[in-house]
Amino acid sequence: MKAAVVTFPGSNCDRDCLHVAGNVVGAEAVSVWHQDSELPAGVTGVILPGGFSYGDALRAGSIAAHSPVMAAVKRFADKGGAVLGICNGFQMLCESQLLPGALAPNRDGHFICKDVLMTVEPSVGLTGAYDAGQTVTMPVAHGEGRFVVDDDTLKNIEAGDGPVRVAFRYQQRETDGTASLNGSTAGIAGLVGGPSFNVVGLMPHPERCAEDRLGGTDGLALMAALAGGAK
Amino acid sequence: MPHTHSMRPKESDVRARVMVRLRQGVLDPKGDAIKSALHTLGFDEVTRVRIGKLIELEVDAADETVAKDRLQKMADELLANPIMETFSVELDGADA
Repeated sequence: MKAAVVTFPGSNCDRDCLHVAGNVVGAEAVSVWHQDSELPAGVTGVILPGGFSYGDALRAGSIAAHSPVMAAVKRFADKGGAVLGICNGFQMLCESQLLPGALAPNRDGHFICKDVLMTVEPSVGLTGAYDAGQTVTMPVAHGEGRFVVDDDTLKNIEAGDGPVRVAFRYQQRETDGTASLNGSTAGIAGLVGGPSFNVVGLMPHPERCAEDRLGGTDGLALMAALAGGAK
Repeated sequence: MPHTHSMRPKESDVRARVMVRLRQGVLDPKGDAIKSALHTLGFDEVTRVRIGKLIELEVDAADETVAKDRLQKMADELLANPIMETFSVELDGADA
């Protein structure tokens, strides 16, 4: 169990992730710099943390998605290595096409920072630590979390038997299915994909709810699955 | 314009603009906020505002065809996200 947390210029949740993977989950947690072109030997899971890489220039996550380390992360993911993209990390996974779709500015123009209720959808791969249909509470903190995707891809995601599936869905939704929170298509908060469902991206922050003293532990299972590798 | 920074044979300095626009149908909250502010200022005739990006570039290229081809690739790979944006490339013309 060796988790690598990548730091990009403007990452601000990298230390939280290192803390949870190392001190709470009990894995070996190592820091990786965005300019590194290889991951350290023996890494079993990679976390792309939240933050504002490159000040969200152009589009959130777009510059970071082309960092040297991301080529290594892609190779790692293609071989079945566990990759978790949180918030800005989810945006990077979409920008680098490890997951489909894109994250656009929130519908109402606000930065949203609060706890949200989500339903865990498939319970495969990295999300297998949760029961399908389970309700979890995690905090969000984002300005660009409105998931956008073309209709055909959405249909494939929603079919529920394809290579990419909805991992987490916001519970509170408008009548057209978009999330009341941020306008996210079909209430999608996170996706699971990769060759063995080893890649998860989500806007909420599991690393901020992995300890009782921080008010919740619903994120711990995901952090533990990552640091221990996909089951 | 002399090229003191490069030993490459003469290339033209091409000025270009890449216009990135949100796809039709993709919600534009910032555009809507601006529309609302314009209404507050009394510009009631405004019925739609869409925000895009104007990216100005200067590139060294053998000719404009090459420059345009490369700029299309830049827009494809980074400057625009095809899932929610479209782009167009405009050249200003070369100055040798």
